[in-house]
Amino acid sequence: MAERSPPIVQNSDSGAPPAGDTPWEGLLANLPGRGNVSRRQFIKGVIATGASVSAFAYFAGPAATSARASVPRLVSVNVNGQTRRVDVLPQETLAMTLRYKLGLTGTKLGCDRAECGACTVMIDGVAHYSCSTLTQRVRDREVVTVEGLESADGTLHPVQQAFIDELGPQCGFCTPGQVMAAAALLEANPNPTREEARRAMSGNLCRCGAYDHYLNGVMRAAGNGSAVAEEVSSG
Amino acid sequence: MMKDMMPHFDLVQPTDVESALDLLREHGRDAWALAGGYDSFDWFKNRGKQPTVVVDLEGLDGLKGVREAGDGIEIGAMTSLTDVESDLLVRERYGLLAEAVSVVASPQIRNAGTLGGNICQDTRCWYYRYGMPCYRAGGNICYAGTPEGMNREHALFGADRCVAVTPSDSAPALVALDAEMVARNTRGERVIPAGEFFMGPGVDITRMTVLDPDDLLTAVRIPARWAGAHFYFEKVADRKTWDFPLVNVAAAFRVADGRVEDSRIVVGAVECVPRRLTDVEDLIRGRVPNESTAAEAGELAAQGAKPLNYNHFKIPLVKNLVARAVRSA
Ligand code: FES
Ligand code: FES
Repeated sequence: MAERSPPIVQNSDSGAPPAGDTPWEGLLANLPGRGNVSRRQFIKGVIATGASVSAFAYFAGPAATSARASVPRLVSVNVNGQTRRVDVLPQETLAMTLRYKLGLTGTKLGCDRAECGACTVMIDGVAHYSCSTLTQRVRDREVVTVEGLESADGTLHPVQQAFIDELGPQCGFCTPGQVMAAAALLEANPNPTREEARRAMSGNLCRCGAYDHYLNGVMRAAGNGSAVAEEVSSG
Repeated sequence: MMKDMMPHFDLVQPTDVESALDLLREHGRDAWALAGGYDSFDWFKNRGKQPTVVVDLEGLDGLKGVREAGDGIEIGAMTSLTDVESDLLVRERYGLLAEAVSVVASPQIRNAGTLGGNICQDTRCWYYRYGMPCYRAGGNICYAGTPEGMNREHALFGADRCVAVTPSDSAPALVALDAEMVARNTRGERVIPAGEFFMGPGVDITRMTVLDPDDLLTAVRIPARWAGAHFYFEKVADRKTWDFPLVNVAAAFRVADGRVEDSRIVVGAVECVPRRLTDVEDLIRGRVPNESTAAEAGELAAQGAKPLNYNHFKIPLVKNLVARAVRSA
């Protein structure tokens, strides 16, 4: 049954949301020579280990797909403009693949039940909850996570910059999801009214209650966005 | 128990309806038809349902989109709620449906959730959802209906052992529009009036619609009859986003010379099926939809309600929503 339970996914399931960060603290406390290994590097290291273990399962395990046109296991997913080859279970969610296979931990898992928005990513430019999307469904589609928004020279996406300027994040846990929801809105509607923005952002909870700050950020980003667009078109 | 990861299933992604129907036929009760997935994944993650084969309908492009058909329109069952809401034909002729789907869940859920899924979704009774062995799950008790049961969201009408209600916002609108459900299986196609599509516990306590395990809802047809009529939709829920209705009302009116010629008034989340109020429709036929007609309509709408311990508040909700609908005509 190796193909059913890649160890990394089990490890990552310490149960409590936010699955992102705290569960690792205990592990780190006991880590010898923690010294200059940052928590983030450590997590990435664990992810890499998990990836190799599950790759082993892929090669050594029994043929995973039945003859009847079940989905392939080794699939290509286009994430942030790059095609990534990854070993994916049939029942695996995109959030799981992004965080625990591809190391893209910017996407957060809050509820894992389509009830908070922390896991929001763009699929073909539209906002979706990655905790409730099968990775097997996005094989031929373009996924953009919060890591993929800034431009090559490190300039932040207008939404990211506007959220900083408007002091959007408080604890920051919901921020990647808020950023993606806002970016998807502006892609579809570059000049939303405040009410339209409020509605578009309504699928993202913020435990810190920073809703108005985020909303200000969206409106500021929309202003910038249109200013930039005008410059481009008049130039 | 580990609940983040869904248990294993075989995922099959057919690209034509025939293959999907074959798969549903072949695997019967072990199969699960996957539309948007938001209802499905809850069940899978919580181990409430454990199908061995999941038939992903996403690749069935023929089931997506809105087109003119006959004197009305046909909406593919896999059309996303966002696409239904923004479709020009729907907005222009059947604003009632556009409004109903616009208040479903959250923007992200409407982007992935489908009209077919919203119609066919299972009830939200949390005893049932939590995996309690209730009637609906094949057991022999209704936990929500017991004296201590938490039944604030449950039925006022039509309870028969089970007190669960329909959670859909689109379903009452479709019943009000005299829509028809197109269902297919390997043996052929059936067209079922929306008013007969949903099933109460008295008929079959383990399901919400007339669909058999090998049936697939492929499309919804809406006839011209109510196109461009005066519509009223209102949903009351605890939260503006995500939440399922405590009560919703969908109504269509034809008014001439200030009098109601004909109407459809349907209330959701008060019974296992969308509750069409034919007696209210009869009452207001030929009358001026003024304050007193509205008040009478509201009173009649709540007649026969059998509240449970915690859902009395739904009675004034039903009265007021129906009264508002009539007053708006
Ligand atoms: S993690 Fe909460 S919506 Fe996906
Ligand atoms: S900033 Fe803390 S949850 Fe939103």
